[in-house]
Amino acid sequence: MSDSTDFPSSRHRQPRQTHEAFERFRRQARELLAAATPPEAADGLWLGGSTHEHRQADLFATAPASDASSTPASLPARTAPRFQVPRRFIQLARLCVLHRDADRFARLYRLLWRLVHEPDLRQDFLDPDWQHLRQMARAVQRDAYKMRAFVRFRPVQVLANDIGPGAGTGAEAGAEAGNEPSAASTTGPLHVAWFEPEHDVLTLVAPWFARRFAGIRWAILTPRGSLRWDPHTEVLEHGPPARREDAPAADAGEALWLTYYRHTFNPARLNLSLMQRHMPGRYWANLPEAAEIHRLAAEAPERLHRMTSTPAFKRPESSTKPVKTKST
Amino acid sequence: MLQARKTWRASSASPLGIHAVILYIGTVDTQQKLAILADAAKYDASCAASGGTRRNSSRAAGGKGGIGSHEGSGICHSFTPDGRCISLLKILLTNFCLYDCLYCINRRSSDVRRARFSVEEVVSLTLDFYRRNCIDGLFLSSGVIQSPDYTMGQLVRVARTLREKHDFRGYIHLKTIPDASPELLTQAGRWADRLSVNIELPTQTGLAALAPEKNADSIRHSMGQLRQSIDEARAERRAVRAQPIRILPGARARRARPPSFAAGGQSTQMIVGADGASDAQILHTSARLYADYRLKRVYYSAFSPIPQAAAALPAQSPPLLREHRLYQADWLMRFYGFEAHEITPTDGGMLALQVDPKLAWALAHPEQFPVDLNRAPRELLLRVPGLGVRTVQRLLAARRARAIRADDLRTLRVPTRRVLPFVLLPDHRPAPEAARQLGLDAIRQADALRTPVQASLF
Repeated sequence: MSDSTDFPSSRHRQPRQTHEAFERFRRQARELLAAATPPEAADGLWLGGSTHEHRQADLFATAPASDASSTPASLPARTAPRFQVPRRFIQLARLCVLHRDADRFARLYRLLWRLVHEPDLRQDFLDPDWQHLRQMARAVQRDAYKMRAFVRFRPVQVLANDIGPGAGTGAEAGAEAGNEPSAASTTGPLHVAWFEPEHDVLTLVAPWFARRFAGIRWAILTPRGSLRWDPHTEVLEHGPPARREDAPAADAGEALWLTYYRHTFNPARLNLSLMQRHMPGRYWANLPEAAEIHRLAAEAPERLHRMTSTPAFKRPESSTKPVKTKST
Repeated sequence: MLQARKTWRASSASPLGIHAVILYIGTVDTQQKLAILADAAKYDASCAASGGTRRNSSRAAGGKGGIGSHEGSGICHSFTPDGRCISLLKILLTNFCLYDCLYCINRRSSDVRRARFSVEEVVSLTLDFYRRNCIDGLFLSSGVIQSPDYTMGQLVRVARTLREKHDFRGYIHLKTIPDASPELLTQAGRWADRLSVNIELPTQTGLAALAPEKNADSIRHSMGQLRQSIDEARAERRAVRAQPIRILPGARARRARPPSFAAGGQSTQMIVGADGASDAQILHTSARLYADYRLKRVYYSAFSPIPQAAAALPAQSPPLLREHRLYQADWLMRFYGFEAHEITPTDGGMLALQVDPKLAWALAHPEQFPVDLNRAPRELLLRVPGLGVRTVQRLLAARRARAIRADDLRTLRVPTRRVLPFVLLPDHRPAPEAARQLGLDAIRQADALRTPVQASLF
């Protein structure tokens, strides 16, 4: 991953879902700006935003109590005046709203306020507020990158046809399974992964997975929500939070991957600190190959010694002519 | 493209209500072959998944139920305890080989266990690992069996099967066997993102001594042919893009796509420390390769101890640090505007191990410093030790707004201890001997680190 500029590259265009988080912030921020609310006064209004619907009502705690049924969507479309901000702020904000820090909205609003009132700030990217938000945005991008890298699917054969809108609960699906040979079983297995991202990047990475694995059924489960893909309808469904137990355990085929991992490592070049810099320990719980690392590191010196102390092998002269090979 | 999102209700059971049956792929035999052939392939360093056309498997992109995407640069899906990343499935089709190159673990006269994959086995493995999101694609090489054409034909079959039968759109890097026919090379380029021919050794004499069956001319000839085909395909694509689209009534405007050829370009690899070539010779060879064959990358692989090493090989492997310095020098040539003759010292031809080549150059050219960070052009900023390409970009952007001061360097997370002796700022002027002192400190530090570790470094 690399972006040659300071700011988020647009290579992975943000999907609609993450726009919602940003749009909520934008709406609220516009109203505060229109009411000339300084950042210090607005601080108490931003609460740690989750994407869960119930919590969103808190963002609008200043709304009249009688309007208890209001949801973000049904707020009166007040024509709040628009403010010109540098495009870089928008790019940063779209990412920062996904960060897990509770004060992200307050920080965004403070920079926004300053941008509106201090024109010089627009170009001064060395300002601490710009820098802090930039770091948050990069943390979110890094988390998304790690998710694309470390999500690991395990195939399971789904006997019950519970894929698709309005499908029943587990119990009902079990009853249905007896009635019809499920169409699901003819379209291949379901590939399921469990992952624990640090920030709210599931919806950020969803389209990438949809593009890459368009032809197979897959699902990603995280503690904050789940994702499911149906290759026939090309629909990406969002689901409830999950637990690690909901995801499948290692399948027998994973042994091939572990074999590959063990044998592609060169014991002459052991460098655990470099490895851990790229693959920090907190990901190891969800990476099947991580279990091999300690053993491989422990065996490395002995393997190396064996390689270097084996005397040179030289076949007798007569047999060094090219030999026809037989296929195994 | 993506329809309206829906949510599904969770039951009291798991969100997916799975009644699981475990799938299993492969037999014990496949496991053993994989162990042998992954082991045999590990000395090939050139396995990044970069370059190539952007594509994916969605229906909108023309996908037909397959998998795979490529969006510019590869992803490191895992890391092994040697710190190297796993981006591609890197295996040999077979490690049987007719040749007897002394530095190679798979040489004819070696006693190593041999195995051979079938084309279908490689295809299955690639797809299986890809579906698990463990890899970005395939890096396939092979020992030479029966003939160069036969071997190359097998490699091409794997790539073609993946592309045509399975609509696989992930990354494919094929090693090219020198002496293979031009027709096979053309086919390979059609299915692969990147092709490479190993130059093996930096000098012709080295190659003649350690790999007498390989021919330096035919290696270069293959690289030349690859360059030509890549250039032609690129020119065709440009020409087609420049043409107006002709639209039939009622039809959607669509541009015909000309066949691509190794859109990711070509790369090569050379072994460092197996022959007596100096760093100067290596870097000059690289510079010529980049210029003559338009390579994307040259990889330097420190000659690694292999089991049953031939007696003719050097008794000692080069320090890993040497490979690291060569990569740093390579970067200087490609991204920092250095010429090969500027980096390689005139005495002995070896890069200093204690300091990186950029610092070494700065110490050798004190007349170029200190550099005024607020006024110097980009080319000069790139020559300051401690300033990387990205930092220079940020400095140039920042100084449009206001003058940069020493504090700003800290905000930008620049290693100020290394940079300040070489730069001029409104609130900072380096002491006359600061640069030289920094160099001496660096050398002393490096020497102190090296001595106890020397014995185990390879």
